[in-house]
This record gives sequence, C-alpha cells and structure tokens, in this order.
Amino acid sequence: MVKVTVDGIVVDVPPGSNVLQACEAAGKEVPRFCYHERLSVAGNCRMCLVEIEKAPPKPFASCAYPVNEGMVVHTDTPMVKKGRAGVMEFLLINHPLDCPICDQGGECDLQDQAVGYGRDSSRYTEAKRAVKDKDLGPLVKTVMTRCIQCTRCIRFSAEVAGTPELGATARGETMEVGTYVQKALTSELSGNLIDICPVGALTSKPYAFVARPWELKKTDSIDVLDAVGTNIRIDARGPEVLRVLPRLNEDVNEEWLADKGRFAIDGLKRRRLDSVWVKRDGKLQKAAWTDAFEAIDAKLKGVSGDRIGAIAGDLADAESMLALKELMAALGSANIDCRVDGAAIDASRRDFYTFNTSIAGIEEADAILIIGSNPRREAPLVNARILKRSRAGRLPVAVVGPAADLTYAAQNLGDGPAVLASLIDGTHPFAATLMAASKPMIIVGQGALRRADGAAVLAAAWKLAAEVGALSDTWHGFNMLHTAAARVGGLDLGFVPGKGGKDVGGMLGGGVDVLWLLGADALDTARIGANTFVIYQGHHGDAGAARADVILPGAAYTEKDGTYVNTEGRVQRGQRAIYPPGEAREDWKILRAFSGYTGKPLPYDTIEALRARLEAVNPVFARLDILPRFGCTDATGPAEAGAISGAPFVEAVPNYYQTDPISRASPTMAECTATYVAPIQAAAE
Amino acid sequence: MTEHAEPTAFAFDAESEAKITSILAKYPAGKQASAVLPLLDLAQRQMGRLTGSAWIPRVAMDTIAARLDMAPIRVYEVATFYFMFNMQPVGKYHLQLCTTTPCWLRGSDDVVATCRKVTGIKGWKETSADGLFTMTEVECVGACVNAPILQVNDDFFEDMDAESTEKLLEALKRGEYPKPGSVKGRQTSAPEGGPTTLTTLNFPAAE
Amino acid sequence: MLSDADRIFTNLYGIGDPGLTGARARGDWDGTKAIIERGRDAIIEEMKGSGLRGRGGAGFPTGLKWSFMPKTEGKLPHYLVVNADESEPGTCKDRDILRHDPHKLVEGCFIASFAMGAHAAYIYVRGEFYNEAVALQQAIDEAYEAGLIGKNACGTGWDFDCYVHRGAGAYICGEETALIESLEGKKGMPRLKPPFPAAMGLYGCPTTVNNVESIAVAPTILRRGASWFTGLGRPNNAGTKLFCISGHVNKPCNVEEELGIPLRELIEKYAGGVRGGWDNLLAVIPGGASVPLLNKATCDTMLMDFDSLRAVKSGLGTAAVIVMDKSTDVIKAIARLSQFYKHESCGQCTPCREGTGWMMRVMNRMVQGRATIEEIDTLEQVTRQIEGHTICALGDAAAWPIQGLIKNFRPVMEERIRAYKAGRSMPLAAE
Repeated sequence: MVKVTVDGIVVDVPPGSNVLQACEAAGKEVPRFCYHERLSVAGNCRMCLVEIEKAPPKPFASCAYPVNEGMVVHTDTPMVKKGRAGVMEFLLINHPLDCPICDQGGECDLQDQAVGYGRDSSRYTEAKRAVKDKDLGPLVKTVMTRCIQCTRCIRFSAEVAGTPELGATARGETMEVGTYVQKALTSELSGNLIDICPVGALTSKPYAFVARPWELKKTDSIDVLDAVGTNIRIDARGPEVLRVLPRLNEDVNEEWLADKGRFAIDGLKRRRLDSVWVKRDGKLQKAAWTDAFEAIDAKLKGVSGDRIGAIAGDLADAESMLALKELMAALGSANIDCRVDGAAIDASRRDFYTFNTSIAGIEEADAILIIGSNPRREAPLVNARILKRSRAGRLPVAVVGPAADLTYAAQNLGDGPAVLASLIDGTHPFAATLMAASKPMIIVGQGALRRADGAAVLAAAWKLAAEVGALSDTWHGFNMLHTAAARVGGLDLGFVPGKGGKDVGGMLGGGVDVLWLLGADALDTARIGANTFVIYQGHHGDAGAARADVILPGAAYTEKDGTYVNTEGRVQRGQRAIYPPGEAREDWKILRAFSGYTGKPLPYDTIEALRARLEAVNPVFARLDILPRFGCTDATGPAEAGAISGAPFVEAVPNYYQTDPISRASPTMAECTATYVAPIQAAAE
Repeated sequence: MTEHAEPTAFAFDAESEAKITSILAKYPAGKQASAVLPLLDLAQRQMGRLTGSAWIPRVAMDTIAARLDMAPIRVYEVATFYFMFNMQPVGKYHLQLCTTTPCWLRGSDDVVATCRKVTGIKGWKETSADGLFTMTEVECVGACVNAPILQVNDDFFEDMDAESTEKLLEALKRGEYPKPGSVKGRQTSAPEGGPTTLTTLNFPAAE
Repeated sequence: MLSDADRIFTNLYGIGDPGLTGARARGDWDGTKAIIERGRDAIIEEMKGSGLRGRGGAGFPTGLKWSFMPKTEGKLPHYLVVNADESEPGTCKDRDILRHDPHKLVEGCFIASFAMGAHAAYIYVRGEFYNEAVALQQAIDEAYEAGLIGKNACGTGWDFDCYVHRGAGAYICGEETALIESLEGKKGMPRLKPPFPAAMGLYGCPTTVNNVESIAVAPTILRRGASWFTGLGRPNNAGTKLFCISGHVNKPCNVEEELGIPLRELIEKYAGGVRGGWDNLLAVIPGGASVPLLNKATCDTMLMDFDSLRAVKSGLGTAAVIVMDKSTDVIKAIARLSQFYKHESCGQCTPCREGTGWMMRVMNRMVQGRATIEEIDTLEQVTRQIEGHTICALGDAAAWPIQGLIKNFRPVMEERIRAYKAGRSMPLAAE
C-alpha cells in the first residue's frame, strides 16, 4: 500500500492508484466529468485538479496522476479552487444552459458541479457554439450542443460495449462527438451511454420530456428480460413506470443495464390483461374473479390429477411458481414443467443447469468455448464481461454455432455439435488450448439444448469440460447460459415433472385436459390439444392468452414482490414499484385464492410464509444476493441420451429486442426490431 | 462546406498498391494502423491522379479501415483531424495560402486578394467555377524566411507578392507549371543578394 | 562572428550537393564506425559534456534525455523518433536540414539510436514538407545502398533501420506524445504523462523523441568533441544554433550562429537590418510564435540564448525571430497567432479547446477596439486560466503571446478601444 496525505488525512491506497482515488479514500470529493472508474483514463476535462506538494507549482489532473509514497495532496487550496472555477467557466461558455428543457436537469453533473465549483456569472460575451444533433437510432437522443467532449461515450462504446462506432471527429473547438456517418448504434448496451453522459447531450429518446427526476418514486428491483438478474431501479410516477436504471452490483451487472431491460418498459402499458376473461359460447368475455374460479373449478371436477398440467413461463417469480407447483400437487398432478421451450436441461443437480463460474468469475477465465449460444444477444452483460476479460489480456474464445460478431475475437469451430467429438477426444486444436488453460470455461446455451439431441449435447459439453480440466475442486468451468429470468428458480424449486409426470412435450398434443399456463408464452400454442382447457395466468395478451379458456390477469415484475434466480443461481428479490392495473393481482395471491376456492387451500397467507416455504423446499432460497462459488465436487455428468445429430445450432434469440410478452408489446422494441433486425433479415433473404 | 456527391466504390489501383506494400513494411507486425496517414494520403493522391481532384471519399476511408483492420470511425476521426486531408473535392490546383503572422507581416493579404481576384473565389475552401482552383487558408507552412508562401498542391512558391501571384495563377491557367521556390530567384533561405555566411567553404555544387 | 569553420550546417542554403557524395565531402559519415565503437556510455557522456540543449524549443539537455532510456534492451525494442514536424510559426530551419543536409540527420539517427539501444528510427516529417520528405528519403536510400545503415550499419555489427513518416497537417503533432500517437495511426492528441516516452513511448516501447537539429548536430559534436561545442556560445547555452529571421527585416534568412549572439547583431549582420532602421523596430518575437514578444527596449540589449531570454520571461524556443517594425498592427499580429492556436488546438483539454476560441474572438474585437478596457483584464485572466491547466504546452503557447502583448502594449490596446468608442475606427486589415 502507498501512503498518501490528502488535506491532512493520511490514507493507504493500493499501488497504481491515481490521486483522485486517494482523495476519495480520504473522503474528499473531487469533481470530474471525463473520469469514470470503468473506462480508460482520458484526463481531458481538467476538472479534477488538485495541488501536489513538491511537484511543479501548477494544478494537476488527479485522475491522471499516479500516487507516490508520501505524496501530499491538497484539494482545497486557492490554486485548486481557482483552477476548477476556470475549467467550469470554460465548460459553460459553449454550453447552451437550456436546463429548463433538458432531460438531464436535476441529475446533471455539469449543473451540480457548476453550483459547487463554478463562479457566479459568466464573462463570456461571444456567440456560443451550436452543434448539429446526430441520429443514433431509436434509443439514444442527442442534443450535441450540450456535449462537453468528455469522451466517456466514445470510450464506453469501444471498451465496454465493444462496438467502436462513436468517435470525435475534427479537432479543437470544432471537434464533434458522433458516428460521423449516419448510423444507428448497434450495441445492446447503448442505453448506458445515457447514464455515463455527464450532461444532457445523450438522453433517452423514449423518455424525452416525460418527467423530472424529482417527481419519480424509486424502487429497487431485478430485471427479468434476460437471465442475468441485472439489479435495477424502477422509477415510477403514479401508476406508470417511466424509467428503469441500473443499480450497482459488481458481481452481476457492475453498473450497466442492457437495452431491453431499460427500454422495453413501454410494453408494460400495452396489451395488458387487466380484466378476468372467461370463454363463453366459444368467445372470451369479461368476467368476475369468482366467475373464473367457478369455471376452472367446474372444469377440474371429474378430471383426474394426471390429466391436469401446468407450465411456468419465462418471467415467473419463484413465489408464484411454488404456489402453482403446490396447487398442482394438491390437485394430484405431477405434470409440471418450467422448461417452456422444451430445452433438455437436466434438473437433477444444480451445477448441471447454472452458470457455475459466475459472471464475475469470467474475469479469471483463460480460455472459453461457447456452445450453441450467442451471449451478445442472450445476455449482453455476460458478453460484456467476456469482452472485459478479453481486453485485459489474451483470451482465446471459440464458438460452436452460427457465426456472429460477439465484439471480441472468437474463432468459429463450426455451426453444429459435430465438432464436439473431436474436442472431447483432444484431436481438435482448440482442445489443446482448453487443456493448456488453467481456468477454462465451457458455456452452453439454450440453442444447444432446444433440440431433439439436446440431452446428448448437454452430456457431451459436460464431458468436454471434464476432459479439459474445467471441473476441479477449485474451479467450476461448466456453465449454462439461460435466457429466461424464471428458469433457474423454477428448476431450483422443482418445477419439473414429478414421478410419472409429463414434461411440456407430454402435456401438449392433448396430453392433459386442463393446462394451467403461468405466463407461458414461449411455446407453440397450436400444439396444445384441441380439447385441452387452458387457463392463462399472466399480464399480457400474448400467445398464451390467445389460446386461453380462462384468463387470470396477473402482475408484471414491476407490480409485485418477487424472487428470481439468475443464470448463475443467484437468488435476488424485486420489489413492487406500482400496483397491477385494473383487476390484475399478484400472481401468488391469485393461486392462493383459487386454492381456497377449490377447497385445497395452500398453507400460506402472506408472502413471508410463502418465502419460508420456498426455503424449506430448497435452502438456496435462503441465501439472498450472495453466491458462494464452489468448485466441482462430482465430475459425473448428466446422463447420456442418444446420438448427436449433424444439424446446425439455431440461435436461441433471433431477435434480441423481442423475446417475451413485455418486449413484444413495446413500441420501442418494435422500432428497434425495424431498425436493427429487419434489415439483416431482409438481407439474409 | 458544400454538399458533394460521394462515390459508391473505391479501390487502390496498381500504382497505389505497389506503394502500400513498401509503406506497410515500415511498421512492426500488428502495428499496421500506423499506415493510416500514409494510406489516406495515398488515396487522396490517387483521386487527384485519376479524377483531377485530390480528396478522400468516404468509401476510401472504409477501404482503408478494412485494409488496416481498424474500426471505420477511427479512420474518420483521423481523416478529419488532419488538415491536409480534403473531405470534399478540390480544384486541380489547391492553393494553400499561409496567412499566419510571419506571412501576414510580409504581405500575405495581397496574395490572398490577388488569388481571389484572379480565380473569382470568394470564401475559403471554395472552388473556382472552372474547377481549376480551390483556395484554403492554411496555418504556418514552415518557410517563414521566404514569406509569404503560396503552396500549390505539394509545392511552395515563396517570396510572393501581388504581381508574382497573378503571374503564377495565369501560368497555371495556361497549363504551365512554373518552377517552385523563391519567385525572386533567391538561393533558398539565404538572404536576398546571396549568402553572407558559408562563403569561405568550397564543396561540390548541387546539380 | 562565428567562422564558417565552426558552422555545422555547411550546406544550409543547398548550394552544395545534398547527396551522399556532397555530404561526404563536407565531412559527414566520416569515422562513424569509430564513434560507434566508443560505446553507448561514452557517446552519451560526450553528448552530455557538450551541453547541447534540445533544439526543438524546450531546451532540455539532449545527452541527459538519451540517458533516460533503459540501459539494456529488454523484451521491448527501443525507438528513436525524430521530430521533423516543424510547425512553430516563424520556424523553418529543419526544412533546410531535410532538403539540403539530410545525411547529417541520417547519420545522427544512426548514432543516437545506437546510443539508446534502438534499432529503428522514425523521422516524422510534417505533411506540407512533401519535397523535403522526398529529399530525405533519397538520402536514406543512398545510406542503405552504401551500407551506412541497414544490417550491420557502417560495419559496426549494429542493425539500424531508418524510416520517414509523413504527417498530414497538425501543429500539435510537434508535441512529442502527440507525435507518437500520430505515428501509431491516431489523432495527434498529447498523452498523459507519466508515463514518459522513455518508459512507454511508440507502441508502448521505450522511445526518445528529438528535434531534427538536435540529432543532426550530434555527429559533428562527436567528431569535433564536446569541448569544441562548449567553446562556442555561452555557459549553459553551448554551441551554435540555426536562427530563422523573418518579418520586417530587409533580408529575411536562415543563419547558423553562436548562442548568445546579440539580437541586434543577428538582425543587422545577417538579415539586412530592420526595415527602416533599428529605430523603426516595434517588437520581436524571439523564439517562434509561442514565446512572449519583446519590446524594442528589451531588444536593444537582448542576447539570444535560452537563459537570457528566460530571464526576461520570454524564451529562445526554436530561435525563430519574427521582427515587427513600427508599421505593424501589433494587436492584429498577435490576434493572428490566437487564430493559429485556435485552429491547431487538438480539442482534448477543456481549457485549450474552449479557451483558444474565446481568446481569438476577444482578440479579434481588440483589433477593432470593439471591447471595454476591463476586457483586457478579463482576457489576461483567461490566459492564466488556460496556462498550466492542460495536458500539453499548447495551452501555454496560446496564452503567452497575449500575455506578452498586454504586458508590452496595453496602452496601444486601450487607445484602440477609446478610438473605437469615439468613432475613430482603425483601418481594418484586409481579412
């Protein structure tokens, strides 16, 4: 550690720290615009000036100055104050000061620091610079005259997003930030540009002029639009969710949020199921809750348990899945499944279906093989970690599956699982790379499992992990990358067929007479038997509701307290930000109510009691937020089942922007689809 | 800036390709991005050679980006940062007029005025109606003891005044290309009338 | 007066043959192998002993700079980078070396590279010097052909490659780290220091950046000895220097003279004197656009060396002497420099990016007198807000000329303002 004195306070900071970090360690606030701890140091805004003893008598940019043993730093001398005030004045001379109509107002670094460090008036009387706005696509709005050229956005897009599309062209005071050519940003992380922009140059296009930050009620929650479990904050005003922002969680999302989680929220207001519907005379009609319960109850009478089934969808919270599971048990059914898409996931052991290395653990990996997955589309923040690791030093990455631009160098070993045999027997050159690695990772995606030979592919992937030394008692390099926020929770609480029970495939095609869909839309509803009575419980009029005989309006993730387990197996909880619309209710309560109605009351009346039950079912639910990392204690793999076919893998997420009922209802996501996906699909045809 | 048509395709021709090979050989393996300035220059020269207008179309930047394995935006940044790259078409003779203080002190205003008079060009970065001339105000070109300087494409015409400027431009219009250097016939940077130093030495003369 | 026998650049005006034959006749490439055989340490010691201070403007001791390079080559190669991005207004000395005496530079590159453990040198020539770059490349080709450089250069066993890299129009690339960035294929934006180039320069490798003149004089110093060099000039300001005398003199020219030569002597002996006589002198910018100007009274006794000029809060800079006679609108002369810095600011640091434009606009009003007296103080304060607050020295360079103007010609500025107010508007410059 290096000893540094800041304004008389002695602190120890790690070698290699910069002076700004030392100041922070001493509790001294240092204003900054260009400095961002997750980006490379630019040192260009000159706001973080400090005075350093025994250095030349001028102020130094603390972000760009390394600490030395015994260094004495001052942050509050006249020289420092004058220097910062000068920089502040320069930043403001060409800033439009249009704060009253700026969406950054109230959470603007420039505004705040002008108050804290600026002078009280400007001496600038010349004409201000005007800069043409840029069209960066449907998500990020630009008011480039406000730009203070800090280059955070440029560094973010190159370093974190891995899509170097932004730059600063020309020079001097005519330097402009943009893409130079007309171009929508192609990153799935572009919304973070809005967060890192310290001024109102980059703001949210869908949120433009919607609200002022001080009007918003802020609620901590978890994003459910992929399986990363990004920690989010939901900003709502009255009955409306207006904005979603990331919360800091170093282990999961750092401080980033993928675009779908941020921008699909306008889908929460559209195509909502806010009434109870019951099919009468072949037509769905609005009804009361009791009517619906009565209809279901009547249907269940005389149907034996093995002819009843339930499928839990991609966005379901663990509480409602447990309630549904136990309702099914009470009705005598073992026909339950949460693997809506039919993926061949072996639920018999937790490390068969979780991302065991952990997301943060990616940073330790020294070789990665990705099988049947496009992490950029399936889990942009997992992909961003791989990029982060790749930028930190040589990282061989190979992909088995469709060729894709993952933002880092990745060797494509073939589009289908045929190559796995040569990897396992060590004859393939990349096998040697994995063998040579001390912490190799195998990532298996849903695209590898959603197929007839899925179980065989899964077994082969595990076997490969074992062969290359990815399964040791200190390192678990076998990873399953999920796309659904509900999946691991469902598997953890045993939402899979019980003894003699039917899986999704078995329930479809008339395998059951009564089918309860808990937000299950990601299945081919045409395969549901013509005479099967379908109860759809959920929040959006999507595929499942269209096939339903009874619709029970449930709550979206923003409207309920819920537990979600991310792809790593990390248990996290979201909180209710707003109330469900209309007649809609929190899902576990609907199930609890029906259980009482049908005379088989579930043994919990409060969410606390339900959560106690969750912990009883699987103790992992007791361990909130924390994810202990285990090595692999048992290298025995999932059971081998059948042969691997030569068929190429299909992308699990062909369109990143539309994957679930919320994003499919979102006009913003539709616009993104039109901007980004449609041209590619058109070109492919 | 004026609107201009961007070509839809660009490829280095054989003459340029031959140069690219020797340019790339200057830099260590993996450091080929170093060649971005030389390649942009090469593209501009090729355009001048083939179309009579030495400028860099966008497609040329994209070609260079692909060639050097750079993100296109990095090439756009570089191309727009350096003043010698023309991001729009220019005339056959690119008149680069230095007006920085050393040239200004010695009458660059007269050179500018004469250029405007002879070419009919009103603003900077504009091209004459006949497509022959573009006038660009440049900063110090580094020949200050021979000020004022009028740079025509690659060549410095030195010790200019109104009369010599008019003479030069008229010659260019006629298709002639006068010898660059001091229009007063000075020996490069030696004082007018001949060197006052290095007079006692006797070495082989230049060709 | 310096005798021709003590002049290093004996083909300054290009009268002689710039090629290898001519260069050899002038003594270049003579005993290069023997110099190399003295070894790295001896060469660096001799250079230190010569007292040579960098000829690019900052005046840092060249031998000391060379000694900062790692003593042994590690995993990373070492590089010499020669700064031939001569762009400081008023300066045109390196141009003459490149076109008339290129072998001095090439030989210097070889010796300096050897002394610093480098096997490659890049000479970064400003883009506008197209013909000069061609001339330099010819010299390099000749040197390769003659075995003076390349594999086993001069038969010394040391492999040495020398490359020309042309810039493309950016004054800022004369700043050594901006030059390195540019050489790496990026925008010429100065780097944060530390790390310094000697630790992490070109391609992240140990690198020394030297001015053309500094490198080109090295072979002669090593041949004639440090004591010969220190015998010229003044203490701590050793040797000879190329001066560029431009502006309102009767015969503008480049000339090599001893450091410490009186400014008046320099102008009168070599440049035919001030237009209209010494008493018609208004001011001199003694070291290129970046240094504060001197008024006539100071010029009368000024000695042209690093320390003498620093003592009057100006600088020798590149020894580019820009002379202004009494007909000069000195406000306009400095305003034009403000335009220069505004045009050449890379845009990276806030104070320079925003401040150079601000200063230029105020200066342009000052030329007309369309300002208030108080604005002179504001302008002065703005220069102080830029100076010392940026990554590189361009901010300082933009500030100093204005500070020099206000210090020496404030009454002229005030009078201009009063005249404007009174409706006696000054005749405006053509542009």
